[in-house]
Amino acid sequence: MNKTENNKAWFLVLPVFVLVAFSAVIPLMTVVNYSVQDIFDQNTAYFVGAEWFREVLRNEDLHDSLIRQFLYSFAVLAIEVPLGICVALVMPTKGKMASLCLILVAIPLLIPWNVVGTIWQVFGRADIGLFGAALNGMGIDYNYSANTGDAWATVLLMDVWHWTPLVALLCYSGLRAIPDAFYQAAEIDRASKWAVFRYIQLPRLKSVLVIGILLRFMDSFMIYTEPFVLTGGGPGNSTTFLSQTLTKMAIGQFDLGPAAAFSLVYFLIVLLVSWLFFTTISHMDKAK
Amino acid sequence: MIMSKRKSMGMALYIFFVLVPIYWLINMSFKTNEEILGGLTFWPQDFTFANYHVIFTDPTWYNGYLNSMTYVFMNVVLTLLVALPAAYAFSRYKFVGDKHLFFWLLTNRMAPPAVFLLPFFQLYSSVGLFDTHIAVALAHCLFNVPLAVWILEGFMSGVPREIDETAYIDGYSFPRFFGRIFIPMISSGIGVTAFFAFMFSWVELLLARTLTSVDAKPIGAIMTRTVGATGIDWGVLAAAGTLTIIPGLLVIWFVRNHVAKGFALGRV
Repeated sequence: MNKTENNKAWFLVLPVFVLVAFSAVIPLMTVVNYSVQDIFDQNTAYFVGAEWFREVLRNEDLHDSLIRQFLYSFAVLAIEVPLGICVALVMPTKGKMASLCLILVAIPLLIPWNVVGTIWQVFGRADIGLFGAALNGMGIDYNYSANTGDAWATVLLMDVWHWTPLVALLCYSGLRAIPDAFYQAAEIDRASKWAVFRYIQLPRLKSVLVIGILLRFMDSFMIYTEPFVLTGGGPGNSTTFLSQTLTKMAIGQFDLGPAAAFSLVYFLIVLLVSWLFFTTISHMDKAK
Repeated sequence: MIMSKRKSMGMALYIFFVLVPIYWLINMSFKTNEEILGGLTFWPQDFTFANYHVIFTDPTWYNGYLNSMTYVFMNVVLTLLVALPAAYAFSRYKFVGDKHLFFWLLTNRMAPPAVFLLPFFQLYSSVGLFDTHIAVALAHCLFNVPLAVWILEGFMSGVPREIDETAYIDGYSFPRFFGRIFIPMISSGIGVTAFFAFMFSWVELLLARTLTSVDAKPIGAIMTRTVGATGIDWGVLAAAGTLTIIPGLLVIWFVRNHVAKGFALGRV
């Protein structure tokens, strides 16, 4: 669609601009301000330049939690995207069943994140939870608050439970937008189920999958509440992800300078990865 | 036919996976603490409403729900009010800095809330908004407004330009055209946007908890009260958790017919 050139349109975006400036630019500037100063109290602060950034980049704890974070986000995407597509493919398309399935599938998305943590905390416990008790009953030594592997598995399972619906619903709406004529053509060509998926459905899902992957990457990279409630970051530091490390630093230890420097690095990583992903996708589109 | 049987099996399995953890929570909310800790029971043997009674009779508990709903409602209204004109501008006009502004807006959706904790706390304290509903509503605009502008822009771009032009030729002023003709045309888009704004504001806790202390404390933060000196009050915790699911269910129920179209965010 060709748009008309009109700078008066700025008046329409002005409210958004003011609101976001208030709720994003001012806080971000505060963070930048902290990241280059050593603050003792309200009135004494020294300019330290890039000192905090150097310290943060060398910090072993942060390296570890960054690696954990990438592993986690990668695992989340690797499980949720294929599973979400599968769920979308098997969802009924018409009638009351379709509405019912939609509602049931969407439920986890609308549960407050701390309650999601609570649900799995309860569900996974060996003494009072069905899941933990069932696993232990089958002779598997399962305890998410003591074994690192179990903690990881539980946090991942929780995320799959929580967020696969988003991918599934995105794909579902993508599938509904494919005209019937496409399927009829495939039938005339005697295309196999797989061919239909590979050459008709998957290409049409691309735009929703890009949205889904971006949202899932960003949100899994910022995850805080659910693992905090479930495992508290433990055992040890094994499920402490970036947001939790940051919160500990900023509020627990009140290391404002390093925490601020770390915040900026954190934000830049999210931006960079999202940008890289998006640019690659749009270049692939152009190349075709 | 065999294929569709396999499909419904798959669907049933997935829904089972979704519902069992929730069932376990609801099941627990009707049990007494003795029964919960006494061993596994698949349904409440000693069915009780006592846990819910605690929540509905204690103002600190039920005010938590009211507080959460208040700021979520404020946030949805605020988000829609500012995002609608902006999305219209982005979908219809070229103006200085439009692309950069759009990208910059989206970057805010990518900002980890943990980054903004401390500055938010200081900012809202210094303007005297700490522990008010509007503070949380404003803070949630950080991620909801960019998303709303993005979703609405998609829906609005699907409406042909000719409609705008015809309306202007017919003598409609911009506000009248926007309110009378345009908004009704994208009502499902607005519904979906409201749904997303509700969803992300209702589920968020980190910012909401940091910006409040007493008067606007969200239910999620009040749930930590169940951890006492004598251990965790599992029954009340489960009841409180169960109650937080209900508003979400109601909202999905209202948008269920728009989900198929709406979740594609107007971009298929």
